[in-house]
Amino acid sequence: MLTSVLVVLFLALLIGSILGFSSIKFKVDGDPIIDKIDSILPQTQCGQCSYPGCKPYATAIAKGEADINQCPPGGEDGVRKLAELMGVEYKPLNEEHGAIKPKSIAVIDEDTCIGCTLCIQACPVDAILGSAKHMHTIIEKECTGCELCLPPCPVDCIDMIAIQESTENWKWKYPVFNIKNQKQRVSH
Amino acid sequence: MNIIDTIFKFNGGIKADTKKSVSTVRPIKKIKMPKQLILPLRQHVGKVAKLKVNIGEKVLKGQLLAEADGNVSAAIHAPTSGTVASLEKQLIPHPSGLPDYCVTLIPDGKDTWIEKKPINWKKIDRKETIKKISESGIVGLGGATFPTHLKLNNNNEVKTLIVNAAECEPYITCDDMLMREKSAELVEGIRLALHLLGAQNAIIGIEDNKPEAIEKLALLIKNDANISIKIVPTIYPSGDAKRLIYLITGIQIAKGKRSTEYGMQMFNVATIVALYKFIHCGEPSITRIITITGKVRTPNNYEVLFGTPLSDLIIDAGGKASKNGSFIMGGPMMGYKLPSVNVPVTKAMNCVIDAEPEMIENNNPVLPCIRCAKCAEACPVNLQPQELFWFSQSNQFEKAENYNLFDCIECGCCSYVCPSNIPLVQYYRYAKSEIISDRYAKEEADIARERNDFRLERLQREKEERAKKIAERKANTSSDEKSKVIDEKRKAITEALERVKQEGVSEKND
Repeated sequence: MLTSVLVVLFLALLIGSILGFSSIKFKVDGDPIIDKIDSILPQTQCGQCSYPGCKPYATAIAKGEADINQCPPGGEDGVRKLAELMGVEYKPLNEEHGAIKPKSIAVIDEDTCIGCTLCIQACPVDAILGSAKHMHTIIEKECTGCELCLPPCPVDCIDMIAIQESTENWKWKYPVFNIKNQKQRVSH
Repeated sequence: MNIIDTIFKFNGGIKADTKKSVSTVRPIKKIKMPKQLILPLRQHVGKVAKLKVNIGEKVLKGQLLAEADGNVSAAIHAPTSGTVASLEKQLIPHPSGLPDYCVTLIPDGKDTWIEKKPINWKKIDRKETIKKISESGIVGLGGATFPTHLKLNNNNEVKTLIVNAAECEPYITCDDMLMREKSAELVEGIRLALHLLGAQNAIIGIEDNKPEAIEKLALLIKNDANISIKIVPTIYPSGDAKRLIYLITGIQIAKGKRSTEYGMQMFNVATIVALYKFIHCGEPSITRIITITGKVRTPNNYEVLFGTPLSDLIIDAGGKASKNGSFIMGGPMMGYKLPSVNVPVTKAMNCVIDAEPEMIENNNPVLPCIRCAKCAEACPVNLQPQELFWFSQSNQFEKAENYNLFDCIECGCCSYVCPSNIPLVQYYRYAKSEIISDRYAKEEADIARERNDFRLERLQREKEERAKKIAERKANTSSDEKSKVIDEKRKAITEALERVKQEGVSEKND
């Protein structure tokens, strides 16, 4: 009787201390699911999802406050990946949050720019260079195409230019066959 | 010198009708100076070359037009003397059919060389020589166009130089003709490359369908113990780097490793001749040999200046003869359809075929995959093409990658043997470029995330600093002092107002 009580007690203590130790040793800082969601999001930081950036949106999805279909820059593909990660059904993009557009970058018309710095303050990734009363310009490589610099510009000198296909970013296309031609050939 | 017979046969591959003899009956030809030369700034793997001349400037033959931008890049030199007419987007030989930036050079007809500076390679340090080669514009002329100086640099690990003379794709004969006509330059070039690499011996890997070339080379290296020839059977794709290394040495290069880690480096014969010309004659990379073959009336090999319009060569070869056909750049197995005949000859252009439609596009209907696994038998890389096809066509890229999609050399053996006529390689190319662009997008997103995090941190910091400053100021000026300061200011204002009033009164009085 006593032995079995002691054995159980010993086991309880042992397992308890292992669990206690590992909960300290392997403590996970932050919620890993948020980072996982965040890594799927395109990091445009545009706020079209109605959250102030990709991370806040990821946090909202993780908490179950936001739906997975609020990110137009992520596209259908992004929704599919989020659905897979969250283990929910895929649903088409919510049009309230905007339509899918081709990837663009902002371009400042440097002759019109008055150097008000408002766009610099709006840019979520610090991709605009300039100072007060001096011309501003966009660091093309860093621009995410979020369009947040457009509304504050008092002289409307920023345009969104879609990225053109070039020999550098060109991709091989999915093979397509002309079924009509094929049928004819089969019948002959 | 010795001719080695033992070879290590790789799995798969195909024995196709090589159709090479049509373009080897006539010697290498030169054509008269074209009216203009169009030189794309991107003719190599790596960064686009930086333009170094002004529009309207007169240049001499061999003068630098654009310099290498960084290490992985190659320079472009003027192929003849003349005037730089423009820098604009023009059609280039690229599978996309999209235009890219090109320099247009109008030849003056004099063909005057800039002062040639041959390099005394035996006297100066080999690192120094390699540095000079990085300015020569020489890239791999087998078609891969990888800057050659990068391949020469090694930490004394290369023991064997393998000379790729296999030229395994059907139709292409430019390397064969080069070996027949410039064998002396080639052998000198091999000796030079051995020195630059710090390697001991060289093995020329050549397919057994080039007896004339083998004979010429064998005669030249008769008394050289360091250079040997290894004759490999005519099985496509024996000219692929890893396949040729296996054929010759029996060594398989493991995934993710380079041949230099196994003490070997490989150069194409044309690249070696270009090296010879640069070091011995001081001539940068401005010409290459190109095969014009297929349906044209007189298939031939041409030694042409880079930038020569392809249409000039086609006209010289008797003009286009295929009905409804088009031009393929490269071989029939790995080549691609040119967007137009109005493209310039580039460093990568080894062969152009005037092809009937059935040669490029499979005329037979594409049928479903029946899982016969013929493709797996034909694959020289020992991949599972049927699985790769399945994952690529259903966009399961991660799985395709797990099945080693990126080890695929796109040789086209699988498509060639497929009884269902599935253009397998097209699916692999599609999947590869999707994966690569996804990776790139991911990298960009990571940078954006980092920048956004940094910005938020900065804003937070600024906010805190401002709050701290305000708090400090508050603490420093006690409320008594503050009211004193305000009183003083008020006093000053009232005094000033008084003064103005009085002055106004006095002015009126005046």
